[in-house]
Amino acid sequence: MSVQKLVSEYFSNPEAKELAWYRRHGGYEGALKALDEMKPQEIIDEVISANLRGLGGAGFPTGRKWSFVPRDTGKPIYLAVNADESEPGTFKDRYILEWDPHRLLEGIIICAYAVGIHTAYIYIRGEYVRPAETLQGAIEEAYQEGVLGKQVLGKDFSLDVHIHRGAGAYICGEETGLLESLEGKKGWPRLKPPFPAVVGLFGSPTVINNVETLSHLPRIMVNGSQWFAEIGCERSGGTRLFALSGSVKKPGVYELPMGTSLHELIYQHGGGIWNDKALKAVIPGGASAAVLTHQESDVQLDFDSCIKAGSMLGSGAVIVMDEDVCMVKAAHNIMRFFAHESCGQCTPCREGTAWVYRILTRILEGQGTPDDINSLLEIGGNMSGTSICALSDGAAMSFRSYVNKFTSEFEYHIRHGKCEFDER
Amino acid sequence: MTFEFTPENQEQFLEILNRYPRKRAAMLPTLHLAHQQQGFITPEVEQYVGRILEVPLVDVREILTFYTLFFRRPMGRHHIRLCMSISCWIRGASQIKDHLDRTMGVPSGEITPDGSFSWEAVPDCLGACELAPMMQLDKDYHGNLTPDKVEHILAEAPGNHSKADQETLRETKKQKNKKTN
Repeated sequence: MSVQKLVSEYFSNPEAKELAWYRRHGGYEGALKALDEMKPQEIIDEVISANLRGLGGAGFPTGRKWSFVPRDTGKPIYLAVNADESEPGTFKDRYILEWDPHRLLEGIIICAYAVGIHTAYIYIRGEYVRPAETLQGAIEEAYQEGVLGKQVLGKDFSLDVHIHRGAGAYICGEETGLLESLEGKKGWPRLKPPFPAVVGLFGSPTVINNVETLSHLPRIMVNGSQWFAEIGCERSGGTRLFALSGSVKKPGVYELPMGTSLHELIYQHGGGIWNDKALKAVIPGGASAAVLTHQESDVQLDFDSCIKAGSMLGSGAVIVMDEDVCMVKAAHNIMRFFAHESCGQCTPCREGTAWVYRILTRILEGQGTPDDINSLLEIGGNMSGTSICALSDGAAMSFRSYVNKFTSEFEYHIRHGKCEFDER
Repeated sequence: MTFEFTPENQEQFLEILNRYPRKRAAMLPTLHLAHQQQGFITPEVEQYVGRILEVPLVDVREILTFYTLFFRRPMGRHHIRLCMSISCWIRGASQIKDHLDRTMGVPSGEITPDGSFSWEAVPDCLGACELAPMMQLDKDYHGNLTPDKVEHILAEAPGNHSKADQETLRETKKQKNKKTN
């Protein structure tokens, strides 16, 4: 059986972003079914039994997230759509925004109706200028045609959708950093509890969902939760967009069922390692995830299997490294990112990421000392579980895995003051 | 030099305000609008934005400097962001950076003497790793870069990019090459 494309079917079809075309091909039928035939609670139950997980990175069950929202506070409920795709290696949501914006809008309608939301903000990273333009075009067309606005699809339900552009800050992809940014502040994450479901945007109950997560909803409504759950594996329903990059012959976005093997993605879909080199290591879920060695890399791509393998599926960004990639330099590159993007609120993260980056820089410059390896691991220990958000934990999980799994490369750099691999 | 929105932008600003239950939430879209109008945010713009959104000036400055996409001084007519993140690095972003260093004749973060380009090598992933190595020129993404392809893209940069600019570019490059040789 060929791989089912639930959200990527229209990628590379320039017509799909037009409302009329989308509707002619079954678009907005999921939303109509939800609005016409289902009660809000039935939709939530359906999404729970579909095993749809949060595809931004955390993998939290979507329907359960919705069920935490209190309905009786007298305050409006908001939806914040996370389109701040910034985890290094991740570029899947961009494809939905560029090629299939109506699928996202349809998902937003379904979520909004299920939770009782009348205002949604799509927080899109500032660099995505063109995707934001495409999305804005789709929103305007949806308003003109009565798909959004006072009477969504002609029904007795109102919904406004606004784009909110970010301005270059990785931390705003963190749920509460995103909310702060939406409120017109710097994106400093909030202490939890209270969780955003209860006290979120403007002090109101708020749902925060990723672009890809919402884009799965239309088909779940049309085909049912059982159909969706059966495509995936035990605790993760459906498919997922995997963003494959690095040392592969065919980098790109591949939609595959949850639980597909990592080797199938790399060798079958990605065409194998470029220049016919050997696989050295692979990051299964964005730069925050622990690197897997070649020997550890035969894993299933679902949230639980990746945790079992000591890493995480995260944003579904699979970054492949061939035998010539220096792991000290790779760790240095990743820590430059985290040191740059740490928001500065918590000391262990602000100082830790910067220290680690400086130590790795020193090692690369040939000034490393034998103590450096222990220092790195010790700092990593102090960066885990000591800060408000997960940036610090992600950074620590990441660089410790390089130091622990490729210790000899760090030792070589420290001992010889130079690199044993290709210059990059 | 005082700043205020053009009539069209003023209209757009009022439309932006309507999207939010609180004025302050319009901060990023308002800064984007001012940035688009003037190309960079001056202290006068900060004061203006603080006044129209009823936000203390110190907060405007804090927000402005927290985010990386707002320029606080004039940049080149075209701005380049070269992605240096992990996937681009694996596929040769460092060579492209070296090339831009030579071609631009000014280091990352600076403007060419003729003002036609400014460029920066950024540590954050731009979200287009399938195109690695890639860069953003103004609004658009360009990928699978090679030094030749970069030259071609720069030469074709749309709008106010005169032939003279290209000649200056080549000249700077020649001089730089002489130096390095």
